[in-house]
Amino acid sequence: MTANQSAIIRLQNLSKTYGKGETAVHALNNINLEIMPGEIFGIIGLSGAGKSTLVRCINYLERPTSGEVFVNGLELGELSQQGLNEARHSIGMIFQQFNLLMQKTALQNICFPLEIVKTPKEEARKRALELLELVGLSDKANAYPSQLSGGQKQRVAIARALATNPQVLLCDEATSALDPASTRSVLDLLKEINKQLGITIVIITHEMNVVEKICQRVAIIDKSRIAECGEVREIFAHPNSDIAKSFVFPKHNNVQTMLNKNCCRVIYDGQSSFEPHIANMILQFKQPVNIIFANSKNIDGKAFGQIVLQMPDDPDIANKMLSYLRAQGLNAEELTADENWEVNAQ
Amino acid sequence: MNTETLINLLASETVTTLYLTLVSTVAAYALGLPLGIILVLTDKDGIHPNKAINTSLGIIINILRSVPFLILMVWMMPFTRHLVGTATGNRGLIVPLVVAAAPFVARMVESSIKEVDHGIIEAAQSMGAPTGKIITKVMLGEARPSLLIGFAITITTILGYTAMAGFCGGGGLGKIAVNYGLYKYQSEIMNLSVILLVIIVQIFQEAGTRLARKLDKRL
Repeated sequence: MTANQSAIIRLQNLSKTYGKGETAVHALNNINLEIMPGEIFGIIGLSGAGKSTLVRCINYLERPTSGEVFVNGLELGELSQQGLNEARHSIGMIFQQFNLLMQKTALQNICFPLEIVKTPKEEARKRALELLELVGLSDKANAYPSQLSGGQKQRVAIARALATNPQVLLCDEATSALDPASTRSVLDLLKEINKQLGITIVIITHEMNVVEKICQRVAIIDKSRIAECGEVREIFAHPNSDIAKSFVFPKHNNVQTMLNKNCCRVIYDGQSSFEPHIANMILQFKQPVNIIFANSKNIDGKAFGQIVLQMPDDPDIANKMLSYLRAQGLNAEELTADENWEVNAQ
Repeated sequence: MNTETLINLLASETVTTLYLTLVSTVAAYALGLPLGIILVLTDKDGIHPNKAINTSLGIIINILRSVPFLILMVWMMPFTRHLVGTATGNRGLIVPLVVAAAPFVARMVESSIKEVDHGIIEAAQSMGAPTGKIITKVMLGEARPSLLIGFAITITTILGYTAMAGFCGGGGLGKIAVNYGLYKYQSEIMNLSVILLVIIVQIFQEAGTRLARKLDKRL
């Protein structure tokens, strides 16, 4: 990615250290990142990788130890507390635990950020009702958070975060506390508001399927650094770092025990269509293969994933089969040693 | 003493007790509520951490809270006299009552506000809420049920303090208990005043708990 002046969020040499001396914890180490207006950007990492600290630096809930944070061209570190508060009106945020005011109704929750920017009461109420409609909860205006489901609470939180018309929406593990159905509907809603309002969305998650479902670009955080950053489909096709591979090819313990000799992995990296390559190969060589593991995803109409095959015992035929698959444009590799698998399963 | 005189005496001293309790509670909250808020804000996990203020305030509060009320009342007499002109009577009593109760209120308020989920405060910060709004809308608003329960506990504690007024020339049910029970050996009158105190405490406590439960929207 090249430097671009039009980035809406730009992090430069960002570092965050907790504590001092020998006990110091480096939560973020020299992070450089640019997020473009209108995109849905994913930041993925295992727990403890520093991703929550990273998103909190974007609105200065956490003050970086060094480095700069530009949002909308403003360097947040240079702002006074008041200036920072004003900048935050254009940076919405939602959280894993929703963080709604428990003693206030859904409507009052959405009015709260409007009250902060001194919107007249009647106007705020009108805007809040519009937002409730946008998130599909018009009938829950007077419900208290304790009367709402997790998915509904997150919808209210989204409406609240959008109240002041922010240009950026930060989502900190926004779907991690939700069941799969609510996760899907919240992600659909985020996608929808991104399209409708053109708002830039930054999504922090530890789940690859969240990134896969709505993000255009992704940064993978590992050990306080950015291990890899790029288009989601690029990274699915060609994960370079070990951490990226572990997200793209998730660990399956039961497979490892089944691995024995003559195994090979076939990787679908998007170039190949949904042609029945394996079936064709079997027909051609008149030799059965054993499918040990298969995992594929459909991203933008292309197949990504892997299949692990146990090849016939005859090494000659096995080699010919490998050549056949490669000739089909597939990426096929032998999996003789266990460590091969382990690299990807970290 | 005939029944009518007795009833009149108990009634007027009950009013005095309630008056002393309510005035002291209001004054104690006027002092203790801001102190409690300052304790939360300046805490190391607060939104304006300040170790110097937090520690020194904490020490002062602890000292005041560890002095027994009766001793504090006597110990403060010169100061009370200086402040309100007399160290005895109802007027002289209110000063030590407030000084004893305010630190208690501060701790009550502190613990109530600390029950508020930090995530909600963080969410308000992310919206760019100034500290004043966070205090009034988030901290006090969200802690409301717990603050009410604290209020009920405080008011009954102050009621207990007022009963000691009898030793310092103050009025109220405590004075009856001391004057008739201790000095005149009329234990029936003492018992009556104690029963009245118990009833008042019950009413305040029950009302506070019920109101808190009714207003709590988390249930």
